[in-house]
Amino acid sequence: MTVTATPPAHRSRPALTRTASAPRGPRRQTGRHIMLGGIALLWLVPLLWAVYTSLRPYADTTQHGYLSWPHSIGLQNFSDAWSQSGMPHFFWNSVLITIPAVLGTLLFAAAVAFFVSRFDFRWNVVLLMLFTAGNLLPAQVLITPLFRLYLLIPLPSWMSDSLLVYNSLWGIIFIHIAYQCGFCTFVLSNYMRTIPKEIFEAAVVDGAPAWRQFLQIVLPLCRPAFAALATLESIWIYNDFFWSLALIETGDKRPVTSALANLQGQYFTNPNLIAAGALMTAIPTLLVYFALQRQFISGLTIGSGKG
Amino acid sequence: MSSVRPSRRSSSRAHPRPRRLGPGDRLFLTVAVGIPLLALLVFVWLPALSSIGLSFTGWDGLTLSDIHWAGLDNYHQILTNYPPFWPAVRHNVVWLLFTALLPTPFGVFLAYQLDRKIRFSRVYQTAIFMPMVLSLAVVGFIWEIIYNPDTGLLDGALGRHIDWLGDPHLNLWAVLVASGWRHTGYIMILYLAGLKGVDPALKEAAALDGANGRQTFMRVVLPALKPVNIIVLVVTVMESLRAFDIVYVLGGGTGSKPGMELLSLLITDNIIGESSHIGYGSALAVLLLLVSLAAIGAFLVQTFRKEDQ
Repeated sequence: MTVTATPPAHRSRPALTRTASAPRGPRRQTGRHIMLGGIALLWLVPLLWAVYTSLRPYADTTQHGYLSWPHSIGLQNFSDAWSQSGMPHFFWNSVLITIPAVLGTLLFAAAVAFFVSRFDFRWNVVLLMLFTAGNLLPAQVLITPLFRLYLLIPLPSWMSDSLLVYNSLWGIIFIHIAYQCGFCTFVLSNYMRTIPKEIFEAAVVDGAPAWRQFLQIVLPLCRPAFAALATLESIWIYNDFFWSLALIETGDKRPVTSALANLQGQYFTNPNLIAAGALMTAIPTLLVYFALQRQFISGLTIGSGKG
Repeated sequence: MSSVRPSRRSSSRAHPRPRRLGPGDRLFLTVAVGIPLLALLVFVWLPALSSIGLSFTGWDGLTLSDIHWAGLDNYHQILTNYPPFWPAVRHNVVWLLFTALLPTPFGVFLAYQLDRKIRFSRVYQTAIFMPMVLSLAVVGFIWEIIYNPDTGLLDGALGRHIDWLGDPHLNLWAVLVASGWRHTGYIMILYLAGLKGVDPALKEAAALDGANGRQTFMRVVLPALKPVNIIVLVVTVMESLRAFDIVYVLGGGTGSKPGMELLSLLITDNIIGESSHIGYGSALAVLLLLVSLAAIGAFLVQTFRKEDQ
């Protein structure tokens, strides 16, 4: 910025301008860097403490205390937590819930968003509000009747061994789709509005029916929004604690996030193991976050940034 | 794309005429909207509205025929004869005030600092936003090993023996620190996106007029960010009303605990467990619903106002 804005007169003394402008900028920035760096470090302390605790053997910490230099460091707690508590099973439950729920949410949301953004029906705004507001309702407001509803809806035995939506992975997938649909519809309809109308008019002239416009024009054009929402929703749904706590009775059907609460005391008897279990649960979300940070953040801000 | 381009020219030549939808289109659109709408109505709106209905009944949750009309009994009982209710309301208010007065402005402050052209901005953002990626249950476990009076970091560092999560006078604040840890990054990211959308010319004009950094922010940037401000406000209110997971985990995973009662936990207390008071739970849910409707309404008005034009 300063280089391009420098008037030509200064060009004769490039060394001077650089020394004259340099101290003023960085000196003010140093304070800011110290502050932001300090805050960032402070924000990492809880996580780093969990990592530190999880790497130390229990015997080491009981002998020397938790706030001490380590005498040995290893991944033993992680392998213990992994093998003793059945975590692979709970991770698999999480996969079985998260993938269909994310795909279903995006498909449903895309269909509704296509409808409200492509066609001018009178009830479009009401429809969109219904979806958006649905996602803003606190989950606890729904839970009492939903819990009873799930006890009333039967499922065939190949879908649920409880023969009910209650206590089945399907029930969790259903509520995730229905509940998360609102947010995604809202974001996608905003995104689809930016698609030029001419493209659809051209498609209509070509005789493309609505389903082909949806599949062949809208879905491919929304790829960036899908990437952002898929990242965000995967993390949200994977992280869900409440639905599976309330709607799944037997511990072994729970996804890993809520199974963690059960494992504590049962298998995770010391802080070192708890730390290892909690961190292992967090690893998938942290990996997704580091790999797809841009998508995650744009998914989160896309809805509000447009507002 | 290539097949679209030539016909695009032809459409701009001839004005688009209003068309009627064919039967195939109608069927597709009905299904495309019908199924998601049905799912939304059955799994979200039906339960939400049923909560209102059930709140006027008495039911032990065993058989449907046992439901009987109770009028305002549940509400009357809750307000006068349900010891954890008023503490829960107080804690929800404290939660909201704390979140609105500390982590939220702090997140805004950080966003403002990071919005200047500054090196390592991405590193700072990544670190401060990271807790938001963790599930609230994991956040609960991470803080548990900090607060533990025997083995935790905090008491170890202070050299004292304080039961942060057991003491009813302290535990709410301990949980609020953990929740604020997560909330700050959320607000920071939301606000940063908003700040990036502010026309830089506005700030330059203010600077030319001799406004300092704070004046530019308070008088120019903040008013330009009204939509984001409303979103941040709504997020803060909603997160405060929804707070559940972290309290549940830090409270030991058994429902509400003295000092940490919240409306959301009382609702689950009343539906899960041996004595289910469906009417109680529903009445509590309705109270929560009424408060959240105010925030939802604010959000909808802000978002959809421009669409009516």
